[in-house]
Amino acid sequence: MEILLKGVGYSYAKDTPFEKRALTDVDLHIPSGSYTAIIGHTGSGKSTVLQHLNALLKPTEGVVMIGDRKIEAGVKAKDLRNVRRQVGIVFQFPEQQLFDETVLKDIMFGPLNFGVPEKEAERRARELVVQLGLPEGVLDKSPFDLSGGQMRRVAIAGVLAMEPEVLVLDEPTAGLDPRGRREIMDLFHELHITKNLTTVLVTHSMEDAARYADRIAIMHKGRCVVTGEPKAIFSNEEQLQDYSLQPPRSVRLQRDFEERTGLKLGEVSLTEEVLAKNIALAMADGGGSL
Amino acid sequence: MMEKMIFGRFIPGDSVVHRMDPRAKILFVFLFIAIVFVANNAWGYAILLGFTLLVVFLSKIRLYFLINGLKPVFILLIFTFFLHLFFTREGDLLFSFGFIEVYEEGLRQGIFISIRFLVLVFITSVLTLTTSPISITDGIEVLLGPFKKIKLPVHELALMMSISLRFIPTLMDETGKILKAQMARGSDIGSGPMKERVKAVVPLLIPLFVSAFKRAEDLATAMEVRGYRGGEGRTRYRQLNWQLADTLSLVLLAGLTAALWYFRA
Repeated sequence: MEILLKGVGYSYAKDTPFEKRALTDVDLHIPSGSYTAIIGHTGSGKSTVLQHLNALLKPTEGVVMIGDRKIEAGVKAKDLRNVRRQVGIVFQFPEQQLFDETVLKDIMFGPLNFGVPEKEAERRARELVVQLGLPEGVLDKSPFDLSGGQMRRVAIAGVLAMEPEVLVLDEPTAGLDPRGRREIMDLFHELHITKNLTTVLVTHSMEDAARYADRIAIMHKGRCVVTGEPKAIFSNEEQLQDYSLQPPRSVRLQRDFEERTGLKLGEVSLTEEVLAKNIALAMADGGGSL
Repeated sequence: MMEKMIFGRFIPGDSVVHRMDPRAKILFVFLFIAIVFVANNAWGYAILLGFTLLVVFLSKIRLYFLINGLKPVFILLIFTFFLHLFFTREGDLLFSFGFIEVYEEGLRQGIFISIRFLVLVFITSVLTLTTSPISITDGIEVLLGPFKKIKLPVHELALMMSISLRFIPTLMDETGKILKAQMARGSDIGSGPMKERVKAVVPLLIPLFVSAFKRAEDLATAMEVRGYRGGEGRTRYRQLNWQLADTLSLVLLAGLTAALWYFRA
């Protein structure tokens, strides 16, 4: 499913002395089936954009198209249930949204709200718990008895159980240990491919953006300033610096490596694995010595 | 909706009223509440209304903003007005329409009570709008100081107050966040039959309680590791400073009282 933002502006607490502009004239196209990473400095408006993707916020200017549903500034939007079913959001620290007596019930909460039959909802919950690497016994426990990492996984399962067509992730791994991060990000990527999802990842981690996304959008001071392919975006270090961002580690290492050795490795390497391979290739060509 | 609500909110600014000593402002408001009851005729209420508008003007708060922000209060105001209008049966009958009868005294009472209500809400709002919660607490703590003699835990009360005031915006933010997260999972608090709506509150309240308790615990730990041991021997960083304007404000209030007595029927 495709999402399109056209000339979107948003102000918090509009028409009060507390009015605060968060977005100005944002144009953003999220094609169906793409994996888009939205990056930007703290306070650049990433999270505000994200809440427009399933009409939790309505633009104060401009238009948001979610599939064929049109959300327009100044026009009352009725019955957004369908939009919310199609676009699932995993918020930052999603474990804060857990509330039910058991993990099973909590995961089933979303699907049941959207009219999925109980049996089907339970089947999804059981399947997801395994997929997310939780022990099966967890289903009958209270979510508040789990560890922080497990709670996070349960909360994510609660969103995935809705089987959305678009999955929006807001820093889904913030505060997790490195291994947990990698596992969860890999799972999202796998789902993106197997279920043919459209994924939007809002992140501070350039490494995650480089590794998983096929499109990048940079937010800066409430505007969407650049969109493009990861390789193009991350090879333009000056531009990134203008927006107080840094290229991912592998790109920086490649740059330093090229400077020191004088060897050229070709295109930017978006991940450590690719960089290692490129270095090995270059060294083989160049006689294998530094 | 909540964004527009200004009841109990503080707007930083620079006016005579903003710069006043919180003790003076609190005293002023309490005395004013008592003085309001002196007025008992049209002159008295006109003076009260004029005085209130003067205070609002001095505080540099836009009247439009004040009225707009207090909308929910006006519903109550209108309700009291009609209550007095319909249920006071004294004086001449003004008109009747079916079983509804409006008497002269009822209209008078309705208008007077509404004005009384209005000036009270305006003055108390000016207090909270121009004084930061911290200053209010400081002021109250000092004003209640004498009650320490009868073993009233004044410092603890003030601390409790400042902590709860401090956490109102935090909890509001959190409510918004959790509400959005549950809305994204298809829960819908704003619509549907009553029973559904009540059920939809549970997914909101439980996470809110869980995080409030967690916060309380963290705060207690943080205070303890920084050596907090209660109010005894504690000095203050923010010193209160009584100035000429503060004395003048109370003089002004005395003037108001005198005027109200003079015109009293």
